[in-house]
Amino acid sequence: MKKKRRTMLYIPGNNPAMLQQGGVYGADSLLLDLEDAVALNQKDSARILVRNMLQSINFYDAEVCVRVNHLDTPFGLEDLEEIVPLQPDAIRFPKTETVEELAELIKIIEAIENKHNLPHDKMTIHAMIETALGVQNVFEIAKFSKRVDAITIGGQDLTADMNIKSTKDGSGIDLARKMIVMAAKANKIDAIDTVFVDVNDEEGLRNETEYAKQIGFTGKAVINPRQIDIIHDVYMPTDEEIRKAYRIMKEFKKNKKAGIGVFAIDGKMIDAPVMARAAHVLELARIDFDSI
Amino acid sequence: MKIIKKAQSGSFESSDIIVLIEPVTEHTGRNIEIDSTVMLEFGDTIEKLITQKLDNYNITDIHLIVKDKGALEPTIHARLETAITRACNLQKGTL
Repeated sequence: MKKKRRTMLYIPGNNPAMLQQGGVYGADSLLLDLEDAVALNQKDSARILVRNMLQSINFYDAEVCVRVNHLDTPFGLEDLEEIVPLQPDAIRFPKTETVEELAELIKIIEAIENKHNLPHDKMTIHAMIETALGVQNVFEIAKFSKRVDAITIGGQDLTADMNIKSTKDGSGIDLARKMIVMAAKANKIDAIDTVFVDVNDEEGLRNETEYAKQIGFTGKAVINPRQIDIIHDVYMPTDEEIRKAYRIMKEFKKNKKAGIGVFAIDGKMIDAPVMARAAHVLELARIDFDSI
Repeated sequence: MKIIKKAQSGSFESSDIIVLIEPVTEHTGRNIEIDSTVMLEFGDTIEKLITQKLDNYNITDIHLIVKDKGALEPTIHARLETAITRACNLQKGTL
């Protein structure tokens, strides 16, 4: 079943309290951060702490990703050496600008995996787009490797790179958002929206999440556990959507038994993409397909 | 392994532990000071973890102070490893 990625909670890599409690907040994904959330003179400390936490803490059902430092910093390679052997669900690579960078990253990851006799198909990569160049190249980045299963946008760095002011309506990065979604959709991978930085503005968060959902983002990054419920609420399918999905899946089961692949409900053809969408709706609504 | 310089790791935040290390004259042994908010319950465990870690690094002469605020074992291990690697100039990938 496809992983839910409505929320991705950033957890500073040098904060033991937040790391050990990460799994209880209810976010779909946890992002253990070795990059911007860690002071330059604490990179070794955070790396060792995150490594130990990955080995011993139960994060329950959450997908666990680690954001490493970029390879052009003195920290990136060491981050990969420590984290890749533990095979978290994903590695998030910041400031991805070109496929050449991605190729280098994958080469290093696979060399480490070879050293530890690990498969190359378990841990995925999330490419984070945070610069104008990255946005321009996002389609190529999204399709470069099967290991890339999500593209994320870093709104704060992108506005800085574009030398524009970050505004609540996000108008400056709107084109980037849509290009990233389109690149992700074209390559059948997830697109994760940037964080909403004002943790006290719940209405603003709801509005921005509704917009992100409307234009096609799979989910949204979160900087405070308080933001999780609002985002999940926005991504929760409506009663009507759930009823429709339930009916599609029930008919699918019935027709499958009779050996029929494509069928119609109320005169509309139901095929594989419609079924995939229905399965996703039921999963978001926490309805077990097998129980139907 | 020889302690070359003073080093520290961790913080005074809840669920964390701060580790301070300084070099001592050779053959003076291990001087370990432990303070913890859960001293009665976990003081012995913390001491055991410290001793194990120093044994692993083969450190015989050291002055080590820890102030614990209820850190879990993976955190204690991490903070000890960070402080020791810094004190022995073995740390990698940091400024």
